[in-house]
Amino acid sequence: MNPASWFNQVVTVTEMNLRNLPARLGTSLVAVIGIGGVVAVLVSLLSMGEGFRAALDLSGRDDVAMILRGGSSDELSSGFSRDEFNVIVSAPGIVRDARGPVASGELYTIVDLPMRSTGTAANVPFRGVTSRAVDVRDQFRIVAGRMFEPGKDEVIIGRGAFAQFGNVDLGRVVTWGSHSWRVVGIFEAGGSVSESEVWTDLTLLQGVYRRGNSVQCVRAKLESPATLRSVKAALERDPRVNVSVRSERDFYADQSRILIGLVKYVGTTIAVLMGIGAVFAALNTMYSAVSSRTREIATLRALGFGAAPVVTSVLLESVMLGLLGGIVGGVLVYFVLNGYQASTLNWASFSQITFAFTVTPRLLVTGLVYSLILGFIGGLLPGVRAARMPVTAGLREL
Amino acid sequence: MIAKYLPLLGSSLRRKRLRTFFTVASILIAFLLFGLAESMRYAFASGVEVAGADRLLTMHKISFTQLLPASYENRIKAVDGVVAVAPQTWFGAWFRDPHNQIPAFPTKPETFLRIYPDFIVPQAQKQAWIADRTGILIGHALTDLYGWKVGDTVPLKSSIWRKLDGSDTWDVTVRAIFDMPEGGDTRQIFLNQDYFEEGKQMAKGYIGWYVIKIRDPDQARTVSRRIDALFANSPAETKTSSERAMAQSFVNQVGNIGAILTAIVGAVFFTMLLVTANTMAQSVRERTNEIGVLKTLGYSNPGVLGLVLSESVLITTLGGVLGMAAAWWIGVQFASVFRQYLPGFQVPGSAFVAAGIYMVGLGLVAGAVPAVQAMRLSIVEALRRD
Repeated sequence: MNPASWFNQVVTVTEMNLRNLPARLGTSLVAVIGIGGVVAVLVSLLSMGEGFRAALDLSGRDDVAMILRGGSSDELSSGFSRDEFNVIVSAPGIVRDARGPVASGELYTIVDLPMRSTGTAANVPFRGVTSRAVDVRDQFRIVAGRMFEPGKDEVIIGRGAFAQFGNVDLGRVVTWGSHSWRVVGIFEAGGSVSESEVWTDLTLLQGVYRRGNSVQCVRAKLESPATLRSVKAALERDPRVNVSVRSERDFYADQSRILIGLVKYVGTTIAVLMGIGAVFAALNTMYSAVSSRTREIATLRALGFGAAPVVTSVLLESVMLGLLGGIVGGVLVYFVLNGYQASTLNWASFSQITFAFTVTPRLLVTGLVYSLILGFIGGLLPGVRAARMPVTAGLREL
Repeated sequence: MIAKYLPLLGSSLRRKRLRTFFTVASILIAFLLFGLAESMRYAFASGVEVAGADRLLTMHKISFTQLLPASYENRIKAVDGVVAVAPQTWFGAWFRDPHNQIPAFPTKPETFLRIYPDFIVPQAQKQAWIADRTGILIGHALTDLYGWKVGDTVPLKSSIWRKLDGSDTWDVTVRAIFDMPEGGDTRQIFLNQDYFEEGKQMAKGYIGWYVIKIRDPDQARTVSRRIDALFANSPAETKTSSERAMAQSFVNQVGNIGAILTAIVGAVFFTMLLVTANTMAQSVRERTNEIGVLKTLGYSNPGVLGLVLSESVLITTLGGVLGMAAAWWIGVQFASVFRQYLPGFQVPGSAFVAAGIYMVGLGLVAGAVPAVQAMRLSIVEALRRD
C-alpha cells in the first residue's frame, strides 16, 4: 500500500468514527471525565509543589551569603554574639557602602497567630531586623501603612502572613507573652518567604526576648556570587568564629527539600494509581466502541481497507478523547486553583510558610502528555482486536 | 427463591469477561486509594491519639522555642493535682547527615518513665538507663535504622547545644531500647538531663518545657490554669495545655490534610461511579432482548430490578473488597518502611466500615437508572429490538 492511500484510509475511517461519536456520547464522556479527573488531581498536586518551590526559590539569591553557626542547618538553632557578628561582617568579599558592610544580622523567633481559615494557632516567624534587612532582599516594598519606627513597639507584616492569619489588621494591637505590639504596615518582598513573616526592630526584640545583643543569622551582600568561596574560606580559617557559609539560594533549596520531595512522591503515587484506574475506564469505552461497530469495521475490511488504518483510527479516537480529558482537567485546575493562597508547616524551620498554588505552562503540558499516554494505552488493545477480527465472523455479528 | 437468580447473576458477569474485569479493576483502584488515604490520615492523627489525656505540657507563653527556668520544676510539682514533672529540651540531634534531624530530648529518666508508662522497655534496661549519666533511651525504629545495640557508644551531634569545650559531639551510650503500642513514634531519643545540664556551654539552668502527669484527666483544665497562674507576670510566663491539644495543634498546622485527601478521594469516587454506571447501562442495553425473554418466562418486574441492582452491587463489592485488601496488605508489607517516616500507617477499622457502606452505595447508585429501565421494559418492546 502506498503512503498516500494509507493516509487516505486513516482519514476516512477516523472521520467515520468521529461522525458517529454522538451516538456513543455517554461512554465517550465517561472516558473524557475519567482522564480529566486524573489530570486535574495530578496538576493540582504538582502545582502545590511548584508554588512552594516558587516561594523558596524567589527567596534565595546567589549574591547573598547566608551565614549560620557551624553545624546549624536552620536559623532557629544558630546564634552569634555581637563580637562574632563584627568579625563576620568584616570578611573580605562583602559589599560595603557609606554606612559600612551591607550585612544584616537578624533574630529569628516564633510566635502564635490564629489561622484565618480554621481559627487554630499557627507558628509564625517573628524576625528582628535592622534597616540593613531591606538591602539584602529583593523588591522590598511597603504596600500599606508604613515601616516600623526603631525603638517603638511596632511590627510590619508580610503580605502572605497577612492573608493567612487573623488578628493582624493595620492598627491592631497583638500581644505575645507579656509584650504588646501595634501592626503599622504590610510589606511585600517579591513573593519570597519573607512575606510569611512578621518583622520588628532588632534591638527592641533582643531586649524583649532577653537575647542580649546576639543575632541568629547574618545575611551578607556579596560583591558577586563568585566571592562566596573567598568569604567562606576566610571565615572558616578565622579561629574567632565557627560558621557555616552558603548562598541564600542553597539555604532555601535545602529547606524546601523535604516538603517538595513529599509533595512529588505522594503526588506521583496518586497520579499513577488513578491513571491505572482511568486506563481501565478508557479501555472499557474503546472496547465497547469497537464492539458496537464490529459490522462496520468488517465491512470496511471487506471493501479492502487495511488493518493498520483501522488500528490507527481507533487509536486516534482514543487519544483524542484523552486529549479532551486532559484539556478539561487542566483548564479546570487552572481557573479554580491557580494563585490560591495556602500555608503549611515548614518542618525545617518549625514555622509557617505561605505559598500560592502555581499552575505553570509546564505543568499543563505534563498533564496533557499524561492524558495522551492514558488515551493511547486505552486505545491500543481494542484497536488491535478490531484489526485482527476475521472479516467473515465480523459480518455475521449482530 | 434467591437461589434461582444466582446462576443468572454469574452468567451476566461472565457475559463480557473483559468488561467485568476492567470495571472491577478500576473500582479496586478507587478503594485502594481510599484505603491509603485513610491510612495516611490515621497516621497523622495517631500522634494525637497516642498522646495521653493525663499529661500536660507547660511551655513558654510566647513559643516553645523560648526556654523556661529549671527552677519551675519544683514549683509545678507542688501544684495540687500534679503527680510528676519532668523537663525536656529540644536537642537538635543529628547523626551523619545534619539535614536528618533526630527528635532527641534530655530529660530526667526516672520521672520520665513514670509519666510515660506506655513506653515498652525491659526492666533491666530501665535501671541501666537511670544509672548511666551518658545513657540514652532510644526508639526501635532508630536502632533498626542505624544498627545500634544496647551498650554501643554513639557520637551524637547537636545543631544547637555545644559542650563546655566547644565541641558539638555528645558521646552517649545506648542503655535502653523502647517499643510502643500500635501507632506510637519510635524514632526518638531521650538523654539524661544531668549529663546535658553539666555539659552544655550556654543557657545553664534553663530547659525547654515540662511534661506533667496529673492525677485526674478531668481536672486537666483546672490544673493547667493553676500552673499558669503560678508564673503570671513573671519574666517567663507559661502556657499549659494537654499533650493531646498540643499534638493536634501541630497536625492542624500542616494545613488541612484531611480536606485535601477528601477532595482527592471524592474525585476518584465520582469518576468510578461514572465508570460503573456506564458499564451497567451498556450491559443492560445489550441485554434488552434477554430481559424480554426473562419477563416472558415469568420473571417479575421487581425480580428484574433486583437482578440488575445486585449485579451492580456485586461488581462494586468485588472491586471494593479487593482494593481494601490491597491497601491493608501494603500497610502490613511495608510496615518497617512506614515506621521510619509515617508511624501508625495502617488502614483503620473505621475505614473498613465506611468502605463497606460506599461499596453498596456506589453499586446501588450506579445500577439505579439501568435497573429501573430494565424493570419498565415491556416484553413486546424488548423482543422487537435486535
